This record gives sequence, C-alpha cells and structure tokens, in this order.
Amino acid sequence: MVAKKLTGGQIVCEALLNEGVDVIFGLPGGAILPFYGELSKYPKLRHVLVRHEQGAAHAADGYARSTGKVGVACATSGPGATNLITGLATAMMDSAPIVAITGQVGRAAIGTDAFQETDITGATLPVTKHNYLVMRAQDIGPTIHEAFHIARTGRPGPVLIDIPKDVFQEVAEYDFARDRIINLPGYNVRTTAIESQVEKAIELINEAERPAILAGHGVLISQAFDELRELAEKAEIPVVTTLLGISSFPEDHPLFVGFPGMHGLAYASLTLDESDLIVAIGSRFDDRIVGDPRRFAPNAKKIQIDIDPAEINKTLVADAPVIGDVKAVLRQINPKVKSTKHTAWVQRVEHLKAEHPSLKIRETDELLGQHVVRALSDVTKGDAIICTGVGQHQMWAAQHYKFTHANSWFSSGGLGTMGYEVPSALGAQIGNPDRLVWSICGDGGFQMTLMELATAVENKLPVKYAILNNNHLGMITQWQGLFYDGDYQAETYSGNPDFVKLAEAYGIKGIRVTRQDQLEAAIREANEHPGPVIVDFVIEKVDNVYPMIPAGQSVNELIEDPL
Amino acid sequence: MSNSTNGASGFMQRTIIALVQDRPGVLARISGLFRRRGFNIASLAVGRSERPGLSRMTFVVEGPAHVVQHVAAQLDRLVEVVEVQDITEKNIVWRELALIKVEASPHTRSEILELAGIFRVNVVDIGANSLTMEITGGRSKINSLIELLRKFGVKEVIRTGRVATLRGALSEGQEDGAFDGLQDEVSHYYTPTAGDSGSV
Ligand SMILES: Cc1cc2nc3c(=O)[nH]c(=O)nc-3n(C[C@H](O)[C@H](O)[C@H](O)COP(=O)(O)OP(=O)(O)OC[C@H]3O[C@@H](n4cnc5c(N)ncnc54)[C@H](O)[C@@H]3O)c2cc1C
Ligand SMILES: Cc1ncc(C[n+]2csc(CCOP(=O)(O)OP(=O)(O)O)c2C)c(N)n1
Ligand SMILES: [Mg+2]
Repeated sequence: MVAKKLTGGQIVCEALLNEGVDVIFGLPGGAILPFYGELSKYPKLRHVLVRHEQGAAHAADGYARSTGKVGVACATSGPGATNLITGLATAMMDSAPIVAITGQVGRAAIGTDAFQETDITGATLPVTKHNYLVMRAQDIGPTIHEAFHIARTGRPGPVLIDIPKDVFQEVAEYDFARDRIINLPGYNVRTTAIESQVEKAIELINEAERPAILAGHGVLISQAFDELRELAEKAEIPVVTTLLGISSFPEDHPLFVGFPGMHGLAYASLTLDESDLIVAIGSRFDDRIVGDPRRFAPNAKKIQIDIDPAEINKTLVADAPVIGDVKAVLRQINPKVKSTKHTAWVQRVEHLKAEHPSLKIRETDELLGQHVVRALSDVTKGDAIICTGVGQHQMWAAQHYKFTHANSWFSSGGLGTMGYEVPSALGAQIGNPDRLVWSICGDGGFQMTLMELATAVENKLPVKYAILNNNHLGMITQWQGLFYDGDYQAETYSGNPDFVKLAEAYGIKGIRVTRQDQLEAAIREANEHPGPVIVDFVIEKVDNVYPMIPAGQSVNELIEDPL
Repeated sequence: MSNSTNGASGFMQRTIIALVQDRPGVLARISGLFRRRGFNIASLAVGRSERPGLSRMTFVVEGPAHVVQHVAAQLDRLVEVVEVQDITEKNIVWRELALIKVEASPHTRSEILELAGIFRVNVVDIGANSLTMEITGGRSKINSLIELLRKFGVKEVIRTGRVATLRGALSEGQEDGAFDGLQDEVSHYYTPTAGDSGSV
C-alpha cells in the first residue's frame, strides 16, 4: 500500500480502524476537537458519548474484559484527561487492555501552564502500562500500533497516548504496512515456558496427593477455559478461583470449589490450607487471599504460572515458577500430567463444603442481599454477564451467583473502584449485544457514576441494574462494627434518591422490590423488558458479609457466619 | 572487593545496572518505581552504551535486598528497559569519578600536589587560590582523599556516582528478562511479612 497524506486526526482514525476498533468511548473538548472533526468521515468508528470521562475509561474496560479486545477511550486535555485517571488505575490493577487517547494543548504552549494543560503523561506514569506524548503527526501511526501491541500482549494494561492539538492538524504520511512494524528491544513477551520450568511443575503435580488449583484472572485473559478444565479433570484437582478468576471454571462442575480469602468461602480457604500443592494459574497471590504469608497454606508447595516475572516470589516463594501465557503453558503441561484420581482428597473437600456451609442464608423474612443474588442466579440460570461495584453487594454477588458461562464476571478487584458498576456494564453490553447483562450495584457506588444512565438510554443499551440498596456504605458499616468498636461514622445515606423515580426521570423502567416473594417476578420482568431497567432492591440495612478473614490473618482467624 | 557498604538509611547499598532504550521519560519511569516506595537513590549514572539507541544506567539504592530485587523485576517489565541486573553480590568492577576543588595557597600547593601524586590523581585546573583534581576509583579511596584534603579547605566536591560492570563476561548476550523465573536468589533473601493493605 502506498503511503497516504493525512492529517494527524485522520491518521488516528485510520490506525484505530486498522487495529480493529469499532467503538470509542469519549467526550470532546478543545484540544481534541480536530480529531472529532474527522470522525464523520469514518462511520465505522462508533463514538459513544459518555457523561463523564471516568465512565469512558470504565466502559472501555468492561468492553475489553468481556471481548478480549482492546477498549478505547478518549478525552480532551486537562480536566478531561484527569477524569480518566481512576479508570486507568482500575484497568492497570486488573490488567485490562485499554488505549486512551487524550488531546493536549498545542506544542508551543506545552509546559507553560496554558489553559487546560495538565502533564497527563506525568500524571499517569504510575497507572499506565505505558504512555506517550506524540510530538509529530508522522509518529501517530507507529505510536498507535505500538500502543495496541503493548496494551493487549503480555500482561495486558492501559496505555495512554497524548496528542497536542496542532499535531492532530499537521499533515503527514501514514502507511500501515510500515507503521505497524514494532521495534521494542526491551519488550519481549514469553508465551511458551522454558522446558525446565514446565518439567518441574509437572513433577510436582504428578507427586501431589492433595493438589488444588488456584485459577485467577489470567485464565480469563488467556481464554484458557478448556485447558484449565482439561488439567482439573485429567488429574482430578479441585478448582478454587480467585475473586477475579470467577467464571474461569463452570460452577456446576463437581470439581469446582469457590473463591477463598477475606470474604471467600470458608471451604475454599480451607481447601488451600489443607492442600499439599497449589497450582496458581494466572493469579497473583493477592493479599486478600494470602493474608499472613507465613501462615498461608503452610504445607503446600506452590506452582505459579504467570506471564509477568515481577509477580513471582512477590508475596510467597514459588517452588516452581513457570513464566508464560496460561493457555500455552497448560498446553505444555497437560499432555504430561498423569491421568489420576485423588478420591480421598476430593472427598475431604466435599466434607469441608458440608462442614462449612458458607452459602447458607440465615432464616429471616427480611430481604437480604444474598436472596437477591441467589434469585438472579436462578432466574438467569447462571448465564448472564455480571458487573459489580465494590462492597458488600460485590462479595454477595461473587459468593451466590453460580456462573455457568465462561468470562462473565467483571468487577474491580485490585483497585476496588466504587462506581465501576454503571459504565463497565455499558461496555460489556456493547461488546456482547446478544447477552443479558446485569450490573449488581451498591447504592453508594451507583451514585458515583449514575450519570451514565443517560448513555445507556442514548445508545439503547438494555443493561439491567440491580441496586442492592441498604442505604449504607455497607462495607464501611461492617468494618466500623467489627474493627472500630461500633463507632459508626459517615456510613449512612439518609438522602438517597428514590431510585424508581430516578429511573423514570431518565426514561428507564424502574421496579422496586422489598420482599423475598417479589424477587422472581421482578427479575423476569426486567429480563423481558427490551431497554435498560433499574431494580431497587431494598435490602436489610445492616448485615455483615461472612465468612471473613480479617486483613493480614489466616484461616485460623476465619469468622464464619454466626447465622 | 566489597561493593556493598551501608548507606545513610542503614540498609545495605545495592548496585543495579540496566540497559534502556533512549526515549524521553525513561528516567522518570525508572525513578518513579523507587520513589513510590520512598527509596533513596544514592547515585545514578547514565550514558550512551555501545549499542545504538540504548543507554546504560548504573544506580545505587538503599533498601532491603528482597525489596530492591522486586523493584528490579518491576524495572525489567518497563517497556523501554531491555535488561536489568542487581549485581550487588556478583563479581563486579566499579568506579566513580570525582572532581575536588581545594583551596591552595603558594604555601600549601606543594603539599597538596604531593598528596595528589600518592593518590595518582590528575590535577585538571590550577587557579590563583585553588586547585582542582580528578580522581577515579572506589568509594573509600575517594573518601579518604577528601578527608586528607579537608585541612586545606575543600571548596567543592562533584562526584559522578558509581558505574559498574560484571567482571570477565560483559552483561551482553544476556537475554531480556534476567528475572524470567530465574529468581532462586530472590527466595534466598526472602523474608515474608504481612503485606495486607488494611484497606476496604
Ligand atoms: C472489597 C474487596 C474484597 C475482596 N476480597 C477478596 C477475597 O476474599 N478473595 C479474593 O480472591 N479476592 C478478593 N478481592 C480481590 C483482590 O483484591 C484481587 O483483585 C484478586 O484476588 C486478584 O485476583 P487475580 O490474582 O486472579 O487477578 P489479577 O490481579 O488480575 O492478576 C492476574 C495475574 O495473572 C497474570 N496474567 C495475566 N494475563 C496472563 C496470561 N495471559 N498468562 C499468564 N498469566 C497472566 C498477571 O500477570 C497477574 O499476575 C477483593 C476485592 C475487594 C474490592
Ligand atoms: C471510589 C471509592 N471510594 C471509597 C471506597 C471505600 N469503600 C469500600 S466499600 C465502600 C462502601 C460501598 O457502599 P455501597 O456501594 O453502597 O456498597 P455496599 O457495601 O453497601 O454493598 C466504600 C466507601 C472505595 N472502595 N472506592
Ligand atoms: Mg450500600
């Protein structure tokens, strides 16, 4: 192909199309207007106008996690760009691939505290996998292709590209064949693992008597669902998933255990504790799982399969680190793993499940968050996409929704960003137009990003929002009750809006549920409604999430539900 | 030769060498990973390497070994970092250069020049009342010269910080990712601590 003479703004559009982009989430402003000025020439680039740039970043994140493609967000200089930061940090912590394009003040004004100037590459250094300030239009093409490559390969993450206004306007040549060539001597991603590492791992798996798999987010990122299942079934290994590894393994499978850790299921934590081998697959031994590293699964050897060498030996010493992509590594490992049975151990895990019924809901006539999630799970047969906010509702969602469809759980785990629930679901719905998307929201988090309801309406996105409305920052209430002697401060919402009326104000269907016997009908009604719906589930005000292992502790300190 | 003295923070000084792409912002990315943990960078030297487009950096930091090793692994994952090694425990050659400007009157000049001879340093500038010498060597050699010169009046000391390389084989030919799971050394220093963030 011959090189074309284009404006910088046009180069951005062409390069995005060449990367397979079909949707951009953004909101314009002066510095990025020259780019918006070109969009009408590129009708294949769908622009979704958000109400706040944080929403653009979370929507791009939801789109990315749910499709495996790179999500794109854009914003203007200064406040537009700074509004993206929470979304970038969220994506960074959870390894979600996003490319963010920001406008910058003109080149001559950079560094002068010009109107709406923020040093956004400086500000986002620690919350992006990489970022760029592009000072010549001819560099736009190569930079965009490099950025997509970095965002989606290896350990994925957000990449920001800052482009000064006059660079969008400058004319330069763009030649995809030339500009797509990547020269990054310092960026080598290992896909298959070194043979010696694989051998060591196989040896440990074949020797183990009480092995447990700890399947993490890396399984979803690598889309290694079949490979994970093959390993588990071939060597009969129970599967514990991390919070972000949820939906990596079918929850109706007999080897499925659940998620461990701070608010995980007691039997999942105990399975790890009693195991003699943990096969960690794309999970980074987060402190919410490990607690006190000296007392975490003390008798277990650890295999750690991860694409990021910096995760090895970070919180725990790995007996067998295996650096590579989960799917590729499991394809190396699986054929050499002995086909075997661990009958006694699997029985022991079943016994733990029976002894510690973490999913038992206490008897009450009140409506509890757990009831709502259980009903959602039953009515949707575990097949919906679930997004969540952060707090108690998130934990109940993780515990009680029985996922049967792979890659269906999107939640802010590492940063714990309240407000993720509203826009991420929009991105997931756009990426999966044929699937049912439910967002399980806290009344607190929902109010952090509810302005994006207008985006749902405008774009006819039929997301169903389930607000687990306890009129509280429930997780805060729980911590103050347990760790601050019940000194409750700033955790009650007395001024919440009427969420059904709020729905109406947006032209959205609103439903209120206050009793257990209304659950099923309301959820069906929401499912059948062709547009977005808000269901205001008015749940018990003060209720703790159990089980709980207090921060930095071990299974010995696990508090089961006092039922 | 011992290359690991204790720094002001009480932690052992560790020497890290890196080969990095020459692009704007590289230094900020690298120093950011130390700043984030509140580490002090005791010295830093950067310059073009033998490979076009790549620079070599040597930095000396103070911190617990396992933490510094983890930062080194995080450095290695920066897009522009081609290779990183913590060479503190390795067999290395390292040097530092200092320019020392000392007061020198006609009375003291000959005594100072005699000292300079013993230390085999070059005198690079002589003024009416001062004299500047250039010394290359290990840290203790430079420190002792400065101490000996104090009585004459040291006006300025400018030090480059350490540059270092492995003895024998150069670090060339090393695959990217010296940390690709070959971290037996890390577990050797490793002391687990409760790392929970205590956050909700
Ligand atoms: C209120 C709250 C409570 C929480 N409580 C719990 C809890 O009780 N239990 C719990 O488990 N979590 C809990 N979390 C979540 C926790 O903070 C972490 O986000 C989560 O445990 C991380 O899971 P992960 O390691 O699987 O995923 P990530 O943090 O996303 O890590 C993924 C790992 O996989 C690697 N990887 C990525 N792609 C690949 C690939 N292609 N091949 C190989 N490796 C790859 C990455 O390098 C990384 O090391 C809680 C969060 C909140 C907000
Ligand atoms: C942006 C942000 N601010 C503060 C917090 C701290 N925090 C964690 S959970 C929580 C309460 C969340 O309340 P809500 O969304 O109503 O969910 P609930 O716990 O009641 O289910 C808070 C404030 C956070 N995680 N994110
Ligand atoms: Mg709440």
